[in-house]
Amino acid sequence: MNQPGWGASQVSVRFGARQALDRVSLGALPGQVTVVVGADGAGKTTLLRCVAGALAPGAGSVRRPDARRIGYLPPGPGVYEDLSVAENLRFRSAAYSVPDTGARLSEYLGRTGLAAARDRLAGQLSGGMLRKLGVIVALLPEPDLLVLDEPTTGVDPVSRADLWWLIARAAANGAAVLMSTTYTEEAARAARVLVLDSGRTLAEGTPAEIVAAIPGTITVRSERPTAEDERRRSWRRAGAWRVWQPPGAPVLTRGRREPVTPDLQDAVCVAALRRELGVSHA
Amino acid sequence: MRAMIVKEFRQLRRDRRTLAMMIVMPVLLLVILGYAASFDVSAVPTVVAGPAAGPVAKALPKPLTLAGTYQPGTADAQPPAAWARDQLRDGHAAVAIVTGAGLATQVLIDGSQLFAAQAAERALAHLRGAGASTTDSVGGTPGASIQILYNPLLKTSDIMIPGLAGVILVFVGTVITSLGVVRERQAGTLEQLAVMPLRPTDVFLGKIIPYFVVAIADLAIVLTVGVAIFGVPFSGSVATFGLGALLFVFVTLGLGVLISSVSQTQGQAIQLAVMTLLPQVLLSGLIFPLSSIVAGVRWIAYLLPLTYFTEISRGVMLRAEPLTSLWPPFVYLALLGAVVATLATLRFRAFLAPGTGR
Repeated sequence: MNQPGWGASQVSVRFGARQALDRVSLGALPGQVTVVVGADGAGKTTLLRCVAGALAPGAGSVRRPDARRIGYLPPGPGVYEDLSVAENLRFRSAAYSVPDTGARLSEYLGRTGLAAARDRLAGQLSGGMLRKLGVIVALLPEPDLLVLDEPTTGVDPVSRADLWWLIARAAANGAAVLMSTTYTEEAARAARVLVLDSGRTLAEGTPAEIVAAIPGTITVRSERPTAEDERRRSWRRAGAWRVWQPPGAPVLTRGRREPVTPDLQDAVCVAALRRELGVSHA
Repeated sequence: MRAMIVKEFRQLRRDRRTLAMMIVMPVLLLVILGYAASFDVSAVPTVVAGPAAGPVAKALPKPLTLAGTYQPGTADAQPPAAWARDQLRDGHAAVAIVTGAGLATQVLIDGSQLFAAQAAERALAHLRGAGASTTDSVGGTPGASIQILYNPLLKTSDIMIPGLAGVILVFVGTVITSLGVVRERQAGTLEQLAVMPLRPTDVFLGKIIPYFVVAIADLAIVLTVGVAIFGVPFSGSVATFGLGALLFVFVTLGLGVLISSVSQTQGQAIQLAVMTLLPQVLLSGLIFPLSSIVAGVRWIAYLLPLTYFTEISRGVMLRAEPLTSLWPPFVYLALLGAVVATLATLRFRAFLAPGTGR
């Protein structure tokens, strides 16, 4: 399956006996944010490494611009912790032959609270500031493709807002932003979402398309269902139990239940349940 | 405590390379160095020049062994004494005997080859005891004087410091640069480099050049201290020495980067660097004379850059040996440099180009 823009087509990656990615396709369009979402070990980092050019896939193909036009934030800090903020920025500018980053850089640093930390060693920054610096250095060459591996994981809400400002700014400037996250509420902000599970595609499309594709209904209960079949289709969320009712499946557990309007997190849970239980309703 | 011991053993078992180094390397080093560790000089290369060269050459006392003779055929040929000095200066012999028609025989000993010079002195002690001009003989020729050149007092510091400068460079160069790539790998910045628009040669040279500058400054300081405090002579050309030092530093730093590129952790890199440092110190001719090392182990010495740097530094500093006769160690260093740089660049290419997830 060919996807538009930069990205991957039918990419497979195997590490020894473990299939890290199995025929995964993904497209990242200019001016849009595309998010890869999934649990730990789903294959998000492997897919992003393939697209960024840090790993060659065992099968399939990758579409990416020239190395000078790619910004990449790896899973780690992505900056030299024994260099200061300013030195990291200078190194990246020189390596990408970026002539003048003055006004843009000042805006980025000012908006993210890093302006006062220009002379501090990167290793002395807090986790959130380090992540923001990693995204800013990835943004320096004004890339056509910006690949960010979990930029917001483990970051406080204020820093997350700053990071999303940077991400939105990059997309507004025309970059195709491809990022991964474990937070579905973040993924819901993206133009397109790819849901991965154990190296395979669970769902793909706009958040609305993914939610709309949920077969059947979702109800919420205060207690976990007693019927075994329904217990297996239930998950805990916000202090209550949600139960997925596939089309035509009878309600087995008595008691009060309320229908809910599903969101992306519900859609991801249902997609995972469908795979786990082998349910294939259209 | 038991929990700690069990944990350490488990970690050690997983780190196969460290385990192998801990068990195999000591045995290997002991065997190799056991054969190398000898101060005994069994052969002292000796040249004989002058009209009586033939009979003198046939009657050399042990351990002097004949390395060549010279009898000028024509009047305008190089005088025997000058030829003999050239042979010592260029390192072709440790002892030169100049016979003269009716004149006292002159024995010249190269003091920069300390152990060979001491062995020659012992072999010719009967001449020393009888005075510089005696009726005793070398190989049957009447009268002889002994002169020790380049290091007349046979000072250990004079022959050690030129080579020790090399050891310090190996330590600074190989050990410190060996951490460079591993640190990038462990910090996760190596992956960043892999996707950046940098060529493998950019990364290799970019890693080496700063250390290169520091190492050259280091060398200058070590030599200045050696000359100022220990009174080590610097008789030869600074330019020739400088060229040799540049080549040697390049090989040393390249080796460090190569070690770094094949190591997964900083611990492994340090272990490997030390493993290359030890044989260089013990097999390069710095401490034990190359001629004393068993032939089965001696070939290793010729793979080590310090062997050639020691040859160059002693040759230039003590004997004022010119580039025209010192070119072989320069060529070998250049070859070693090319091999190390190529291997290191290939390693860089391997992990800067995306690996295959298959």
